[in-house]
Amino acid sequence: MTAIDQLFARLKTERRKAFMPFITAGDPSVAFTCKVLQLLDRLGCSMAEVGIPYSDPIADGPVIQASYTRALNHKIKLAEIFEATASVKKTLSMPLVSMVSYAIIHRVGPEKYIDDAIHAGFSGAIVPDLLVEESSALSKRCKERDFNLIQLVTPTTPQERALRIAEQSSGFLYFVSVTGITGERTELPPDLVDRVSWLRERSALPICIGFGISKPEHVRLLAPVSDGVIVGSAIVRMMENAGTNEASALDSIEALVQALMAAL
Amino acid sequence: MSLAPPNPIPVAPEHASKQVPDRAGRFGDFGGRYVPETLTRALDELVVEYERAKKDPDFHAELNDLLHRFVGRPSPLYHAKRLSNQLGGAQIWLKREDLNHTGAHKINNTLGQALLTLRMKKTRVIAETGAGQHGVASATACAHFGLPCVVYMGAEDVRRQKPNVFSMRLMGAEVRPVESGSRTLRDAVNEAMRDWMSSVEHTHYIIGSVIGPHPFPMMVRDFQSVIGKECREQCLTSIGRLPDTIVACVGGGSNAAGMFYPFVEDTDVKLIGVEAGGRGANPGDHASPLTYGSPGVLHGSYSYVMQDDDGQTSDVHSMSAGLDYPGVGPEHSYWKDMHRVEYTSCRDDEALGAFDYLARNEGILTALETCHAVAKATEIAKTMSPDQHLVICLSGRGDKDAAELARLRGQEW
Repeated sequence: MTAIDQLFARLKTERRKAFMPFITAGDPSVAFTCKVLQLLDRLGCSMAEVGIPYSDPIADGPVIQASYTRALNHKIKLAEIFEATASVKKTLSMPLVSMVSYAIIHRVGPEKYIDDAIHAGFSGAIVPDLLVEESSALSKRCKERDFNLIQLVTPTTPQERALRIAEQSSGFLYFVSVTGITGERTELPPDLVDRVSWLRERSALPICIGFGISKPEHVRLLAPVSDGVIVGSAIVRMMENAGTNEASALDSIEALVQALMAAL
Repeated sequence: MSLAPPNPIPVAPEHASKQVPDRAGRFGDFGGRYVPETLTRALDELVVEYERAKKDPDFHAELNDLLHRFVGRPSPLYHAKRLSNQLGGAQIWLKREDLNHTGAHKINNTLGQALLTLRMKKTRVIAETGAGQHGVASATACAHFGLPCVVYMGAEDVRRQKPNVFSMRLMGAEVRPVESGSRTLRDAVNEAMRDWMSSVEHTHYIIGSVIGPHPFPMMVRDFQSVIGKECREQCLTSIGRLPDTIVACVGGGSNAAGMFYPFVEDTDVKLIGVEAGGRGANPGDHASPLTYGSPGVLHGSYSYVMQDDDGQTSDVHSMSAGLDYPGVGPEHSYWKDMHRVEYTSCRDDEALGAFDYLARNEGILTALETCHAVAKATEIAKTMSPDQHLVICLSGRGDKDAAELARLRGQEW
């Protein structure tokens, strides 16, 4: 049982929902990443999703893409990120999950990636470009190492395929709210609630919703039908000016997270 | 237990096979599908519709008619006698894809995919382009069928391939310059993929090369194979036998794949792919993943790529926008590892020399991309005897490069 499994078991008995912020590692520095993680933990976030910057992120919108580019422009390396999270994790009570392209996992080697990530304090990985057809070997290896492989279901995923993805996943299922890339949106699709409910009745895995969630009203709408919500671009946008004014970036993140969590 | 690469071939066959890819889109170890889940349904639909079209005589009839009357196929196989005599080696033949409508091989693929777009009842087309040849060919196919077309093009490429940008706009396409990253082909592919993530339900993405997730590498190869099929026939008619050597340039690798594929099982025919050697062998100075790269994942498939030890795609360089790409089609990686095709690279200055050589000695202005193949081919021809035959895939014409050539040489245009 990973820390993520334990988290959802606990939230279930407490009848609470998970709030999961996403942040980019190394934007603008790993030291800042550690400070944000400590802030999020202090604010009571259930878990943090740490994005490993990737040079060609096709699932990501302009905000996260720009954030990855800033981090990579500072020549951020995976080893540095892992070193930083390993040290900060000791001070955190929330679990960490990495969001990472398969291009990186393949290059590093799946076994080594999992081992290094566990050592760095991560309980699982979300691999947005690894489809269920290609994931069985990695999924098996993750199970052996008690490391969660969190896979994604989208509005274009047929129902029977969604069930197959749920079977291959562990920790939780990431339900993508919109047909598109990450980024804040004013509207969410009208059939989203039905689609999540359908899957939730058929899978024992916790389901968390992400992509496009940026406002308290989104959280209010989606929290009741899911096991948690994920907020990415809206938070990463607050990191844009962290390079010049760190304190104000932390203040903005705090205000946003508090407003969103209050709607949970 | 080894996890990578997935789905290895159990026993390596002696020769490269034409019976690739498998159902998962694998060419040996290479290819596959590494894309967000959002795109899966559209890719599956495309597989189904393409298989259906392949079995439909009406589809072939319509495509062949267009290739004949609209594009001007078959393209000639021209015996460059003056060039051959001057070099004193092999007889050199040019497969004149530059004479196609729109000036390159790209139109072979865009017409096929535009027909599929209509069959899938999709109402909008997007495309990426480097040199602009695929952008022009997409804009042309879309104008022909009345489809709206958006072309993503790196801002640096918009600058260096202006004539093509103007042509695309004349035919009603919207050209969106991409300012992210190195502002070249790789970034244009990223932006097109992002557009497709949001528009996939009504939009078809006409990928311009043998890259991307399955079924694109197979499908684009098939559409481009008209080059090799015609060439094979033309060799038998004009030479009386198959050629000894065929040379083509490789960026993503679509002209080379289309030329080589029909010859893959003719093991007596030597196949040579020429990558962009840029300024030299140092990292960042070239765009030669098959020569200097390693297997990895980029733009939806597993293939050779220029990457660092973390799997981040490296910056590459070529003066030719069409070859300025860090990845390559997975079937080329398969052919490389099966030793069926020999890959080499050619520097910017060598390619520029070939441009002048062909212009002055044969009266043909050749695309800078294609010049890489011409440069290597002339070297190779010199080592061969006059009773041997070498074919160059003359994939595109050079009009588009006139202004950039003038700039590179500090001349007025």
